[in-house]
Amino acid sequence: MTAFLGRSLIQKTITLFLVSVVSFLIIHLAPGEPSQIDPLNPKFSPEMVERMRQEFHLDKPLHIQYLLFYRDLFSGRIVSWRDNLPVLNKIGERFLNSLPLFIVGTLLTWTFSFPVGIRSAIRRDGPFDKTTTFLAYVLISIPGFFFAYILIILVVTQLHVPVIGMYSFGIDTASPMVRFMDRVWHLVLPSVLGATGGIAVLSRYVRSQMLEIIGQDYVRTARAKGLPDDAVYYRHALRNALLPFVTMFGLILPGLIGGSVIIESIFSWPGMGRMAYEAILARDYPVILTLNFITAVLVLVGTLISDLLYMVVDPRIRL
Amino acid sequence: MHFHGEGPVARAVDGIDFQIHRRQTVCIVGESGCGKTVTALAVMGLLPMPPARIAGGRILFDGRSLLDLPADQWRTLRGRRIAMVFQEPMTSLNPVFTIGDQIRETILAHEALKEAQARLRTISLLNDVGIEDPERRASDYPHQLSGGQRQRAMIAMALACGPDLIIADEPTTALDVTVQAQILHLLQRLQADKQMAIQYITHDLSVVSAIADRIYVMYAGVMVEQGNPGQIFQQARHPYTRALLDALPTKEKRGQRLATIPGTVPHPAYKPSGCPFHPRCGFREPACERDFPQMCDYGDGHGARCPVIQRMGGFP
Repeated sequence: MTAFLGRSLIQKTITLFLVSVVSFLIIHLAPGEPSQIDPLNPKFSPEMVERMRQEFHLDKPLHIQYLLFYRDLFSGRIVSWRDNLPVLNKIGERFLNSLPLFIVGTLLTWTFSFPVGIRSAIRRDGPFDKTTTFLAYVLISIPGFFFAYILIILVVTQLHVPVIGMYSFGIDTASPMVRFMDRVWHLVLPSVLGATGGIAVLSRYVRSQMLEIIGQDYVRTARAKGLPDDAVYYRHALRNALLPFVTMFGLILPGLIGGSVIIESIFSWPGMGRMAYEAILARDYPVILTLNFITAVLVLVGTLISDLLYMVVDPRIRL
Repeated sequence: MHFHGEGPVARAVDGIDFQIHRRQTVCIVGESGCGKTVTALAVMGLLPMPPARIAGGRILFDGRSLLDLPADQWRTLRGRRIAMVFQEPMTSLNPVFTIGDQIRETILAHEALKEAQARLRTISLLNDVGIEDPERRASDYPHQLSGGQRQRAMIAMALACGPDLIIADEPTTALDVTVQAQILHLLQRLQADKQMAIQYITHDLSVVSAIADRIYVMYAGVMVEQGNPGQIFQQARHPYTRALLDALPTKEKRGQRLATIPGTVPHPAYKPSGCPFHPRCGFREPACERDFPQMCDYGDGHGARCPVIQRMGGFP
């Protein structure tokens, strides 16, 4: 156990280092520099560009740039090239904005996918299974932005609630209850939208996993023992069917920082996804690379959590 | 028992008739794919329906027709009065529960016992089936046991509520030969102790000779011969039984090439007309391709579905 933790810590540190090198190289290999974003702008005289390059250390060799960047990152001094604000503060602010979307969306996805998938598997080919299969494929096939606009039109024209942004403009003066409901309404649509696709996909996984387990010999043994159906399905089958999802549970962690570009853009939600997208357009290397680095850390931590959870739920696995 | 899927109906088991008396060991013998397991699962009520469908016939247990029982009552018989031991102990035990849990669960499903009493019974069952240090072993997971121990645990689970009938579906096939003998002895000892009937399903005639009180030979879903071991081993009257016996290695046949039966068991959806065995039979006559053979009675419970051999008065 301790040996496993030590080993995986070393492995993950090496992986993280490689990720930092590769992502740094990829960003710098991509054509275009921050100094060349707007070459037609008359303000960008050659001297100006040269000054920018010096200021951002873009004139130095790559390995020096690499060291400078990660020195700034670890000392927390790193600033955005775009507005000179500290990157970590920017990310922290946007992270808090994305967090409610992420939490509500994930909760909806995981609470709905399992009952739906399990029930379709148990009543395979029944009306419930056929209906959910159809709906799942509809929701998987429909483009997110299209579905979003349909929902927005429905909610705005039928329920007359504003849904764009994180809250309505000028709501600060209203009573706390009104403000609260306003926040809830603004949260509902983007999180439901994020969850529908997730539910459609995850419930299919749950269904096929459950079907596979129901066909196993030990489920037949459980029936042969004369156990009631509920015990057969929910104790013997479900416990085994859940094992692969434990891995997925660790891997939703990176979603914390990812956000959703499409949903956040449609709803003008000032979240992580949009910040990353805008940083890429502006070639704001510090922001892009910091996000990248945090994501890599979260992925590695997520896999570690998955491994540990696996050990807890599957007696066959000893680390 | 018919299976309805895409394509033609698979008539997996069609025309079998057997009885098992208390304290008797009845062996169902046949090659893989001839319907032995389907028969057992039908008795347990474990066939997946659909695609399976029981097109006709009766299953009587203790005078009660199982097929007419409501599903709930049949379930309470399962595990309590009829229990089953499966072929593969590795895949038949749930990998995420300890064997003690799995045995205790069977007891608690059928009897209103306290958790502690069920625990005690579990340990004594494990002791009965010859697992050493049962208190500690009860908290082992299936993967921590050897193949033989797993099958012992399966048997302990089957015995949990003192069943009247144990259906053992090739319980030794997945095990080493030495472990096989141990498991057979264990079953025989337990049968004598607990006055159970055993329906033993196997393709291994050498096992049959050691334990059977009565033998039914199955081929392509049909009973082709029935009798006691003496009748089957000494005076077989069906070419299929004879061919199985010829394929058995014995001392006399040392050094010789073993006989095999040419061809394979037909797929249940594409059974030949007439006698199902005729394409592989050395005693085939034109009538065999046309007429389904009736059971020819040789007295004393011995019967075989082969009019050709009856006319010839035995094998030449």
